[in-house]
Amino acid sequence: MTRLPDTDLAVAAAGLVKTFGEHRAVDQVDLEVRRGEVFGVLGPNGAGKTTTLKMLATLLPMDGGEARIFGVDVRREPHMIRQLVGVTGQYASVDENLTGFENLWLFGRLQGLSSARSRATASDLLERFGLTEARDKQIKAFSGGMRRRLDLAASLISQPPLIFLDEPTTGLDPRTRGQMWDTIRELIRGGSTVLLTTQYLDEADQLAGRIAVIDRGRKVAEGTPDELKTSVGSSTLQLRMSEAADTADAASVVRRVLGEEPVLTPEAGGMNAALADANRAADVLIALRQSGLSIASATVQKPTLDEVFMAITGHAAEDETDPQMEVAR
Amino acid sequence: MSTTLLPDHETAEVLDRTIVARPSLRDTIDQSLAMAWRALKKMRRNPEQWFDVTLQPLLFTAMFAYIFGGAISGSVEDYLPIVITGILAQTALTACMATGIQLREDMDKGVFDRFKSLPIARIAPLVGPALADLIRYGTAATLTILTGVLMGYRPGGGVPGVLAGWVLTVVAGWSLAWIFTYFGTRARSAQAVQGISMMVMFPLTFLSNAFVPAETLPSWLEAFVNVNPVSLVISALRDLMNEGAVTANVGWALLGCGIVVAIFLPLAVRSYKKKV
Repeated sequence: MTRLPDTDLAVAAAGLVKTFGEHRAVDQVDLEVRRGEVFGVLGPNGAGKTTTLKMLATLLPMDGGEARIFGVDVRREPHMIRQLVGVTGQYASVDENLTGFENLWLFGRLQGLSSARSRATASDLLERFGLTEARDKQIKAFSGGMRRRLDLAASLISQPPLIFLDEPTTGLDPRTRGQMWDTIRELIRGGSTVLLTTQYLDEADQLAGRIAVIDRGRKVAEGTPDELKTSVGSSTLQLRMSEAADTADAASVVRRVLGEEPVLTPEAGGMNAALADANRAADVLIALRQSGLSIASATVQKPTLDEVFMAITGHAAEDETDPQMEVAR
Repeated sequence: MSTTLLPDHETAEVLDRTIVARPSLRDTIDQSLAMAWRALKKMRRNPEQWFDVTLQPLLFTAMFAYIFGGAISGSVEDYLPIVITGILAQTALTACMATGIQLREDMDKGVFDRFKSLPIARIAPLVGPALADLIRYGTAATLTILTGVLMGYRPGGGVPGVLAGWVLTVVAGWSLAWIFTYFGTRARSAQAVQGISMMVMFPLTFLSNAFVPAETLPSWLEAFVNVNPVSLVISALRDLMNEGAVTANVGWALLGCGIVVAIFLPLAVRSYKKKV
């Protein structure tokens, strides 16, 4: 028996690389997830989030770099890693032909639980995830949200110390997304370490204690949600002038009031400006009025992933088709 | 990680839980049985999976016997001992072709992502369905023999001979299925598996002694027919069922099946692992 040195790090990955042909899907990514924390990996489609997770979960071989999970080498001990990590995928990985109960029972049996314990665990989890009514229904009859919840339940059967959530709410409607968030929060209260990927800044903000931003396979920023948001201001003022000809004058007014350069948008007379405090929007609007510049519309919004990206990387978060998905699926 | 004298039992302790480097034999068997349970559930809920092992034996036995009986053996009754054994091998082969196609379809589903992420033996998702399919091979063999008996087949080997033939059919089906399982893990789509399997299955069945005596063929073809593993199985079936004799042919058939498993089972597991 080997007793590994106790480590505070649930995940320690350095220089992860994955290439698909010419395409470097993951390029020198370092990740450190501490025990008991919820760590978010944020990035647009095709940024390499899922690929990173799949490498850490032994579902894809690493092309470079090193990774340890609770001190266990991912590359050398895949079977051990699979005993430490529960994976919930972007696509619900449960069996269409089985009922909710049968799915959980099967996954329990596969992980060495006795038939009786598997049954008890399956019933417990169905209750905890509000799926009792769907217990004897085949998954075919499940809604998208129910599938995701069952999928999450399935990854908890062996009570793994580390849980990977790959885009847990992508494709869910807002109400179901809220339910899923509640479920995940409950999980976090139980003290699990969670590594989650998401395309949504608000999701990372809601759930994660620390966030790494990934873009085109590279890590471009890391910090708490507050730190990231401070870098883009707490909100954004979106302006559209009545006359496109006023754009330059309006931009200089905004610059004078906020002390920052607004970003011109493609629409005629449109611009976005970062606000440290949402109330500063009023100052801008008053100044524009005093200068005799007329606006067509003005909105104050919380910063979106696009703006975080704009601020950090200097380019928009393109929604490119995801080359990793064809290969990895 | 320290090396020990028994690497199979290497364990580590992480966060007060003991984890192992490899699944034990006992775990592997339990996991394979759990996967077999899953395959059985799936079979029960998709009745169309039974067409090839229920309708085909009935249809083919009657069709081949009445069409070729007079031409090849002079009468349907005289042809039955030849054609029943031939159809037994043919339906076993069709049934195990389906094993490969279904594995491919299954592997494209989300649940296989989970199987890959679980700490289970990599062989279990392949062995499970193979075990469950024993039932399909058994069904096909039973129906073929029953149809034959109804049409007037009176096997010379009696009940023990027929039982032995039944067992050999199931064993042969299980063994040859590993060829198609391997295709299943390699091919890109279920259609591709079907295409390749058809190309393998038709020569194997028709270039054998299943329906016509090998002596009537041109000599170059006869040479192939004599080494075709399907011919070996059919000759053994004829000896067991029609003569009630355990002959060298039975040994050859079992050896042939053993060789197929020894080659294709490791290939299938390796190619499945690579897909992971």
